[in-house]
Amino acid sequence: MNVKILPRSPLVRYLLVRLALIVPTVWILVSVVFFFMRVIGDPITASQGGRLSAAQLAARRAAAGFDRPILQQYGEYLGGLLHGDFGTALTDHRKISEVLITNGAATLELTFWALIVAFVVGIPLGRLAARYRDKLPDVTIRTFAVLVYAAPVFFVGLLLKLLFSATLNWLPASGRASANVEIALNNVNPKTNVMIIDAILYGDPGYILDVLRHAILPALALGLLTAGVFIRLIRINLLETMRTDYVTAARARGVPERLVVRKHAFRNALVPVVTVMGMQIAIMLGGAILTETTFEWQGLGYVLSHYLLARDFVAVQGIVTAIAVVVAVSSFLIDVINALVDPRVRY
Amino acid sequence: MSALVATETADLEAPPRRRGFPGVALIRSTHGLQRAMLLSGLVVIVLFVVVAVFAPLIAPYGFNADRANGVIFGTQQPPSAAHWFGTTVGGQDVLSRVIFGARTALTVIVLAVAISLTVGAPLGVISGYVGGKVDRVLVLVTDALYAFPSLLLAIVVSIMITGGRSTPVGGIIAAALSITVVFVPQYFRVVRNQTVSVKHEPFVDAARITGAKPGRIMFRHVLPNVSQTIPVLATLNASEAILTLAGLGFLGFGIEPSAAAEWGYDLNKALSDATNGIWWTGVYPGLAIVVVVAGVTLVGESLNDILNPMLRTRGAGTTTADEQEIVLATEADATTGDHVADRAGLTDDTPTSDQEDGR
Repeated sequence: MNVKILPRSPLVRYLLVRLALIVPTVWILVSVVFFFMRVIGDPITASQGGRLSAAQLAARRAAAGFDRPILQQYGEYLGGLLHGDFGTALTDHRKISEVLITNGAATLELTFWALIVAFVVGIPLGRLAARYRDKLPDVTIRTFAVLVYAAPVFFVGLLLKLLFSATLNWLPASGRASANVEIALNNVNPKTNVMIIDAILYGDPGYILDVLRHAILPALALGLLTAGVFIRLIRINLLETMRTDYVTAARARGVPERLVVRKHAFRNALVPVVTVMGMQIAIMLGGAILTETTFEWQGLGYVLSHYLLARDFVAVQGIVTAIAVVVAVSSFLIDVINALVDPRVRY
Repeated sequence: MSALVATETADLEAPPRRRGFPGVALIRSTHGLQRAMLLSGLVVIVLFVVVAVFAPLIAPYGFNADRANGVIFGTQQPPSAAHWFGTTVGGQDVLSRVIFGARTALTVIVLAVAISLTVGAPLGVISGYVGGKVDRVLVLVTDALYAFPSLLLAIVVSIMITGGRSTPVGGIIAAALSITVVFVPQYFRVVRNQTVSVKHEPFVDAARITGAKPGRIMFRHVLPNVSQTIPVLATLNASEAILTLAGLGFLGFGIEPSAAAEWGYDLNKALSDATNGIWWTGVYPGLAIVVVVAGVTLVGESLNDILNPMLRTRGAGTTTADEQEIVLATEADATTGDHVADRAGLTDDTPTSDQEDGR
């Protein structure tokens, strides 16, 4: 009833509520990480623990301001965040905002390549599996999906390294580009930090190829993981869609099975994939930490794991906050898309 | 297989026995491919548990030994008669480390799933039943945790618990607790949502009218009726637990290598070997992870398929045309659906505890 009088209002209200929920979500994560990280020690104790006396340690900690009331530190940190100030890393004195931009670009690039792999591998295979349900292609593809899920990213990465770089010597084993390329690309103006764009701006085809060659193995390792999820999802959704009345109607009209799948069922089966894409972003960011460590890809996950080992809580908080924002915003965007596509979501 | 299917069909027509071993009933309710998946998964799990429990008897050497009878193994030795899987960069026997790794993995899985269940499920019931502000806050917090990259959360908790220094037993418990933090929101969500949907059922009202206290209603009446999905979730979580444990170990936030053999840690050490073409240090622990996770996942997925009628392929030998299968599936949902679930002891709408209370 309401919908007829104010057609757009429920949607707008729903989206506003969703948008407002981003703030507490991010705030909870920031707070959890802030207090967790304070409990586990500080970078001064972590790096100088055995070497300095207790008094010297205390003096250093006081100088860094770690001995002040924790709530005061918490308030200052939140205040800084609201002004977009993430602070400076305690261990290597890099500005966190700068870390987020340069290393974040690397993670973005990796995720982008991995998503391409996931789409190119996952969607056609999922479709094939649904089309030949319980026949050989389906069984093979489903087994593949289970194996891809069961294999940790770093094991897939290790196998890829063994095969393509150690044995066949086709592709580089680690890094984002060869050393000379990386140095040359540092001087590109404007520098985007996304290697492939920098290489294109630089204009040397050899460099572009070098960057692409470095991206293949990490993208495969991370992308196959997501591809497994896509296969299962597309398969299930397609099978459910194939049961619906409008598909039966299409069949009854004599539409060939191939066209039924392609024109009628497939597109609708894609809708839930959008939802899972949102959750997938969080999973991919987690996977990116492992992939980046495996291939020494200097992304956010790679630096994060270093900062964690050094107990550099300012750096860790900054990166975690950024990840939390990315996750929250992308899940909001997914909800927006869903609400626009599927009217039942709006309430 | 066709013989199996035939006996199975005959069996379905027999009157359902009320008491029986639930696992057997579950296997009997499957067919063809699904049964093959479930059984192969179960075989893997049984092997895994046997290896884990009898690790000291099966493994040729200790997981941290670099010599036996005074003979040093040597580092990075290729597979041989003495060392079937070769030796690591630290000079330990890879086979022994893989076998003892099963023990570590099993301990962590059992602890992680048990702790998350005992924390997540009651929290979910309370939140769903009490409702109001408590519910809203808990949902917000768990949703925030759930949305966050789980591995990262586990790392932070792991550092917090161990403080960087881990003892043999403490390391395993710390790893389990780190994984628990990831799982609690999942159990919480499932149980809470189920609780909300059953809390206005007549059996809850009836309990309330008889004067039962909220605690009794929640844990004697509601909880048994919202826990049907938990076995599936627990199985699927078990495979996730192995992956998270390995991820922690791989990044250097897991169990100390001298305290227990752990597959993820070994894979990290094997990374530089791989660049030099040394394959045996990484391939075997990696395969161990893949096999166990795949086995557990197969069981979890099969359970999910069996207990979720929407996805079920029903009917004897229904591997023919899609259309026929769909018709059968829909019919099966209407007729045999509850029946099968009932035999497995997992029906959705049997207020068991309520009946007991009525007596």
